[in-house]
Amino acid sequence: MSYIAKPKVTHPKMPRNKLGLTVRDYEGGVSTLCAGCGHDSITAAIIQAVFELGIEPHKLAKMSGIGCSSKTPAYFVSQSHGFNSVHGRMASVTTGGNAANHDLTYIGVSGDGDSLSIGMGQFAHVIRRNLNMCYIIENNGVYGLTKGQYSASADVGSVAKKAQPNRQMPIDPVSTAIGLGATYIARGFSGDKQQLVPLIKGALMHQGFALLDVISPCVTFNDNEGSTKSYAHTRQHFHHVIDADYIAPSEEIVAAYDEGEAMPIQMHDGSKIVFRKVNEDYDPTSRAAAFSFLRDSVNHGEIITGLLYIDESTGDMHSDASTVETPLSQVPYADLNPGSEKLAALMDRYR
Amino acid sequence: MTLSSVNDVTIKIGTVNGTGSASANGLLMKAIFRMGIPVVGKNYFPSNIQGLPTWYEIRVTGDGHMARTERIDLVIAMNVQTYEEDMAAVRPGGWLIYDSTWPRSRLLNRDDIHVFGVPLSRICNEHFDTVRARILMKNIAYVGVVAALLEIDLEVIKALLGETFASKKHLIESNLEAIMLGYNYATENFQCPLPVRVEKMGKTAGHIIVDGNTAAGLGCVYAGATVGAWYPITPSTSLMDAYKGFCREYREDEDGNKSYCIVQAEDELAAIGVVLGAAWNGARAFTPTSGPGISLMNEFIGFAYYAEVPAVIFDVQRTGPSTGMPTRTQQCDLISCAYASHGDTKHVLLFPANPEECFYSAPQAFDLADRLQTPVMVLSDLDVGMNDWMCPDLKWDENYEPDRGKVLSAEELEGMEKFYRYLDVDGDGIPYRTLPGVHPKGAYFTRGSGHTKYGAYTEDAEAYQEVIDRLLVKWETARTLVPEAEIEYSKFNKVGILTIGSCDGAVKEAMSKLSDKNINLNYCRARAFPFTDAIRDFIDKHERIYVVEQNRDAQLRTLLMLDIDADPDKLVSMLHYNGLPISADFVIERVLEEAAKGQAA
Repeated sequence: MSYIAKPKVTHPKMPRNKLGLTVRDYEGGVSTLCAGCGHDSITAAIIQAVFELGIEPHKLAKMSGIGCSSKTPAYFVSQSHGFNSVHGRMASVTTGGNAANHDLTYIGVSGDGDSLSIGMGQFAHVIRRNLNMCYIIENNGVYGLTKGQYSASADVGSVAKKAQPNRQMPIDPVSTAIGLGATYIARGFSGDKQQLVPLIKGALMHQGFALLDVISPCVTFNDNEGSTKSYAHTRQHFHHVIDADYIAPSEEIVAAYDEGEAMPIQMHDGSKIVFRKVNEDYDPTSRAAAFSFLRDSVNHGEIITGLLYIDESTGDMHSDASTVETPLSQVPYADLNPGSEKLAALMDRYR
Repeated sequence: MTLSSVNDVTIKIGTVNGTGSASANGLLMKAIFRMGIPVVGKNYFPSNIQGLPTWYEIRVTGDGHMARTERIDLVIAMNVQTYEEDMAAVRPGGWLIYDSTWPRSRLLNRDDIHVFGVPLSRICNEHFDTVRARILMKNIAYVGVVAALLEIDLEVIKALLGETFASKKHLIESNLEAIMLGYNYATENFQCPLPVRVEKMGKTAGHIIVDGNTAAGLGCVYAGATVGAWYPITPSTSLMDAYKGFCREYREDEDGNKSYCIVQAEDELAAIGVVLGAAWNGARAFTPTSGPGISLMNEFIGFAYYAEVPAVIFDVQRTGPSTGMPTRTQQCDLISCAYASHGDTKHVLLFPANPEECFYSAPQAFDLADRLQTPVMVLSDLDVGMNDWMCPDLKWDENYEPDRGKVLSAEELEGMEKFYRYLDVDGDGIPYRTLPGVHPKGAYFTRGSGHTKYGAYTEDAEAYQEVIDRLLVKWETARTLVPEAEIEYSKFNKVGILTIGSCDGAVKEAMSKLSDKNINLNYCRARAFPFTDAIRDFIDKHERIYVVEQNRDAQLRTLLMLDIDADPDKLVSMLHYNGLPISADFVIERVLEEAAKGQAA
């Protein structure tokens, strides 16, 4: 149960990040999800990513809606504030949170039901605002907590446990996000932590809206034969179209990349994302190219993964709104109050 | 019969919307106000942009009454579509002014009123070149006709035109020309002034004319609100427009950096979500809306009640149910706001009676929301929110400091062994809260699911109930913190009259006129929910209470029964709910009816 604390034993030689914290300092409560749930692997990847980035735990805000995925913020970084909101409405709460204080790092965890059905409106509009946040969809094609109904991301013909094949067209969060103007779009697989961690790091550091769609099999209701969101199916059909390494501002690019193969992109905080192309034709800086590549891959039944699109030049909500540098929640009242003299002068306008 | 009066006249102007009549009517009303005479303005407009009938009423009231009246002395019928009903609106002995440019084959007439034809279209067509100018100037021209008939000071009108068009000087000339066309036609053709007329007074010094939404928007700026989220909806839109306008004036530095953030959300579900996120993070945040928006916000309102997140919501009520009549007024959201959301919830409400109170209700609402860590809803209505009211100058107390409630600082957290979010440390039902990013010890998980007083998830019967019961303690604390009711006692009266919000003016005017008939009533106007002890006492001390409100189902009466166990047998409802603002005439009629019943029994 999530309120049972984990034993806190740290090996003296455990690696420490720039804050001197170990990965144990980024853990949360014990997960109450089913054994083998993909979501727990994503939680582990989040812990690793936040630890490696050296984010101060209390400067991270964990946002979620309702569903299995939305429970997970209780399972990582217990020294962070969490906001487990109502179903499908995490995006608006995060918008308000960020409007009030842009100094925090916002990580939202949602599911395919929470984002693509009840929360489709908020999902679309938070993208349009280019809100500076990392938005993770833990995508398993079914509703877990209500016992296995199809969600809007279920593929046509996919079969969940004890159900008729799904007949409705799926909503793909990645192509939706490309269409709506998201500025960092990636897809991962809960079973591939090595790929996932840098994708999360890049998403957290990206100055704008970062979508991370993570295929995360539901072992209880949708991991059977015939399901296109099972471990077996995903392992068989996913491939890295493009890999990305996250390089912190203080680090040098040390890995050896062949010329023409690596493509570094500078991020706002000085860090870099280095793309390693697996597919030569792929250009992650072209929205149109990413979209058409994605459509083709769907037609071939492939699940392409990696950092699929990035745009570091578009401003986020605050840059659009031209807000002051001090977080709005910290602007002193004296600076907000126009004062009695201005009010007295204003009165003449209404006579 | 001919009416005769000085500074007691009501003018009703019927026009087509989108033809510039709003400026003409505003000019007329302001001119009278500047002559030192109290005025009441009511705008009856359609849910439409151009082409439908619209009316404006200007009540000139030397006695300083605040409500509308149903007695119309002078009608300006500029709209052929409504000519018949406009003629019917004139009270016997009154005047009808109409555009006589085109002869009417079947001109309706009434023997008991005076009908004056003014060929407004013809004279404007002769003087102005473009089609648009002819339409607009026709409406400005009737200002001149009314000025002549009522003896409104032309110099005051000229000064107003000069200020209005300070940046477009050529318009001053053309507008004045149109006014003089109407003015001269009236003086040449009719006996001016009429026996009803205006005369300079000194009763408007230190007063302004403003609508409640403008005042509330300004109040949000002064209260220190930095995040506003909204979805456009009549009649609340002008509140956010006002906030935005004042922020542009007062909250931007030379480089255009803004110490405010306005989010136009995709719907009201998101607007309230933005407010909760911002308030959770320590900003003062608000959303203006109306009934349909409240319906959509319900789930989050319940969340904020249970997770104890401050929020300020302005509900500018309009006529329901459903879409209802979006441009007509009612007080019909009392119950849906008081108990918004599923489960056991109840919410603090404020009921401003006029624009002045709308302004002051903003800092009050933010202070209460922060202090009580709960949503606070300010329930005005279309009449208060969108109509122009005369009220005393708004003033700001330089000593005001926002009450941010029990928020722990980094230093306080540092000194604590452990922080628990929902512990009732002080016995007032209000726990301490922390803001994200302040200190690692302050971290907690905000959730709408069952939680213990320590903030942990629970499905335990006792732990759940303990928190829910503590919220009742907080509710009783709220009762002691909300603004006190306005109460006027004269101990000999056995009958009291109890009301809220925009009924205030009509009820007070009715009381003063009823006392002339020797019917004396004590007055109580609730300014907040939960109801204070003083309201309970007021009800206890009277044999009968007339409960005056603007909805069909006696929602205020219901709340009195639910919240303070008021004896239903004592509470006699007087309900006005046709969408027009309540008048004193209505209250007087109902009180006389009840008084007669009492005598018969």
